[in-house]
Amino acid sequence: MNAVNPLPAGGRHFMSGNEAVARGAWEAGCKVAAAYPGTPSTEILEYASQYPEMYTEWSVNEKVSLEVAIGASIVGSRAFCAMKHVGLNVASDALMTQTVVGVGAGLVIAVADDVGLSSSQNEQDSRFWGRFAHVPILEPADAQEAYEFIKLAFGLSEQFGTPVIVRMTTRICHVKGVVVAGERKEFRLEQGFEKNPAKYVMVPGNAKKRIPMMFEREDALRKFSEGSELNSIQDGTDKRIGYVTSGPTYMHVREAFPEAPVIKLGLSYPPPMEMIRGFAAGVEQLVVVEEVEPLLETEMKAAGIKVTGKEVLPREGELAPHVLRPAIAGLLGEELVAEAAGEKKSALVPSVRIDVNIGKNLFPRPPTMCVACPHLGIYYCLSKIRNTTISGDIGCYTLGAGHPWNALDTTICMGASMGVALGMDKGRVEADANKRIIGVIGDSTFMHMGMQGLLDITYNRGNVTILLLDNRTVGMTGGQDNPASGRDIHGDDSPQVDFRKLCEALGVKPERIHVVNPYELPTLFKALREEVKIPDTSVIITDQPCVLVDFYKVKAPYVVEDDKCTGCKNCLDVGCPAIYVTRRETVVKPNGKEKELAFVRIDSQACTGCDLCPKTCGPDAIVQVENFTRQ
Amino acid sequence: MTNPTTTNILVSGIGGQGVMTAAEILSQTALAQGYDVKKTEVAGMAQRGGVVTSHVRFGKQVLSPSIPPGEADILVGFEPAEALRWCSHLKPDGVAMVNRVKQEPPVVTLGLYEYPDDPVNQIEKAGINVHAFDAGAIARDLGNPKLVNTVMLGAISKYLPFSADILKNAILDRFRASKPKLVEINEKAFEAGRAAEAES
Repeated sequence: MNAVNPLPAGGRHFMSGNEAVARGAWEAGCKVAAAYPGTPSTEILEYASQYPEMYTEWSVNEKVSLEVAIGASIVGSRAFCAMKHVGLNVASDALMTQTVVGVGAGLVIAVADDVGLSSSQNEQDSRFWGRFAHVPILEPADAQEAYEFIKLAFGLSEQFGTPVIVRMTTRICHVKGVVVAGERKEFRLEQGFEKNPAKYVMVPGNAKKRIPMMFEREDALRKFSEGSELNSIQDGTDKRIGYVTSGPTYMHVREAFPEAPVIKLGLSYPPPMEMIRGFAAGVEQLVVVEEVEPLLETEMKAAGIKVTGKEVLPREGELAPHVLRPAIAGLLGEELVAEAAGEKKSALVPSVRIDVNIGKNLFPRPPTMCVACPHLGIYYCLSKIRNTTISGDIGCYTLGAGHPWNALDTTICMGASMGVALGMDKGRVEADANKRIIGVIGDSTFMHMGMQGLLDITYNRGNVTILLLDNRTVGMTGGQDNPASGRDIHGDDSPQVDFRKLCEALGVKPERIHVVNPYELPTLFKALREEVKIPDTSVIITDQPCVLVDFYKVKAPYVVEDDKCTGCKNCLDVGCPAIYVTRRETVVKPNGKEKELAFVRIDSQACTGCDLCPKTCGPDAIVQVENFTRQ
Repeated sequence: MTNPTTTNILVSGIGGQGVMTAAEILSQTALAQGYDVKKTEVAGMAQRGGVVTSHVRFGKQVLSPSIPPGEADILVGFEPAEALRWCSHLKPDGVAMVNRVKQEPPVVTLGLYEYPDDPVNQIEKAGINVHAFDAGAIARDLGNPKLVNTVMLGAISKYLPFSADILKNAILDRFRASKPKLVEINEKAFEAGRAAEAES
């Protein structure tokens, strides 16, 4: 993205939480911001990159992004990094020692928890890192607060000499709200980096001396939390229940129970336990509403505060008003009357409802690969090769586990396809002696965490075939640039990685590396079939770009000549969404067996002429349109 | 328990249909009218042909960003099955505005699931005030399939707490700024949507 004029100070801007975070960091005088893309945090750095006063980068993984921010902080610049929840697992090695070091200038980490798993492999509660790393956790409840809290976080970081985590959730990142923005204030330390090995060189002798300082800092933060404006009480008239909330649950509780007293924890770690105790004294009973884990609940109970939490509220997912209302109605012993539709009713739950079962038995509409996606040909081939076990990874190509390919057997975490494939090879039991092990990984995931795994495979002589799907972008998060695109976060040229050379350097024999065009089905199929038979480490690199980025060139579309289509369904195995069935038939073959036929057409407005499906069509019924105009 | 001062609009459809754009226009228009506004955005996997919904809420003060089931005033369905999927989110006196153009997902093409015979009829049978029409045909007749968005916004314009002209001008202002050549055709699309609502 190119630099744009920043939105003016003052006025009401309509911003997502992610945009607000970028704005807040910029206004705070942040100088260095880094991230690896990951839903729901991706847009933070996309917006940050539009402010020319900040150095911004796509890092190859979250650990590197945090290390870049640490370096900048140490030499005196306010620094920031953003990541999704699983990203902090990767970056945690840096965090767990940096918390012992402290900071130079302010160091802020925004972590976005995908509560409800809109696009993630698990659900995690990043507030745990506050307890684990002894760092403060700020939890905004909407976009305006996300903006304000990021600004406050830099000051807090410097005041206490600690990295600060701002914990976001999908409902903060991806919800737009009204934000009143301000001006940027430059932040400058008078002097640059000063050597201080006792602080910055974490050998045991130095670290030992700093650990008590870290605990003193945590105690000071605990006191600060008690009187901080970040934590506040909203009084209410219905004192039957008082609610303890942090982050977006504050909004959900206020909406569901507008008359109830609520304590809002903007600084949720360390929690202001005495403030909570005082609040509890003024209500009949206390309920803690937290997404996802019962962290505050456990700590309150340990502090001797009587509180109800996960006994009545779900352990997972978003605690939206419609989830809270029936749970609290039950806790209050309100009469629950079963209605015809199976819904409960009480004073807290709206009783007149449209039948909730309407539309519940519909077909699912899962995400699919795009029309002409370069992965289509790869999964077509993988689905046709027998006797394989395929370890997969995180990216669009994870969809290969679905219909019609069913050609992916595992997905764990970024880069896991490599190590898992080697483990499948080394750990195979007698029954799997002849199984071919294949690992599938995308370019960005390979550079993120896959390279070390491949080195482990070659070093340990793994009998594994790796498919490295290089589409020159981070596809699943919306097509961000990376070292495979050869462009930086601003779209400017930067060195492009050469995967053939890289794999060779990691120990793969040159003759075992093939660079293949994934639309050339026969070539791809032949390479795959041959390499899986060779008991060595092979890498097949596919080299065509994602159809959603500007490298991809659209060609004239194809159509099906109805009179030639035999209904064989071969083309449907490609899985391209532009191909649709017009009618189905069942015929009886000469041997008496029934065969299902499906006659197809191609949506020419959607087709981009990739020329993949014609290669699967025996009767040559799929032909390119001449003189086509797109609407 | 529902907040009578908040207007809740649920927009549903499929990735790439313009659900997010429609929701953004509604939000910006409400914002310009001085309301507090919250809008959910969906990103990531949604652009891969999956279900897309956007919740638009505006009023004096909006707290939770998601519309609880049973509290939507208006459902804008860009596809009939996606309207059926979300129609139980409506209030009993809510209105569903549905584009009749069907889009079958690959799981239906592959024969794994069936597409419902008449989703609009099912919505109607649930006692919902539904208006359905072929917004795709209206847009094509006007010469640009991308006009579906403006047609749908025109169709819901009389159900908003501000006048239809305010929404129309907000849409046209966007085009005046970026693509002035498309102002006239979008005005026609908006009016065609209003007419389609009245006739359906």
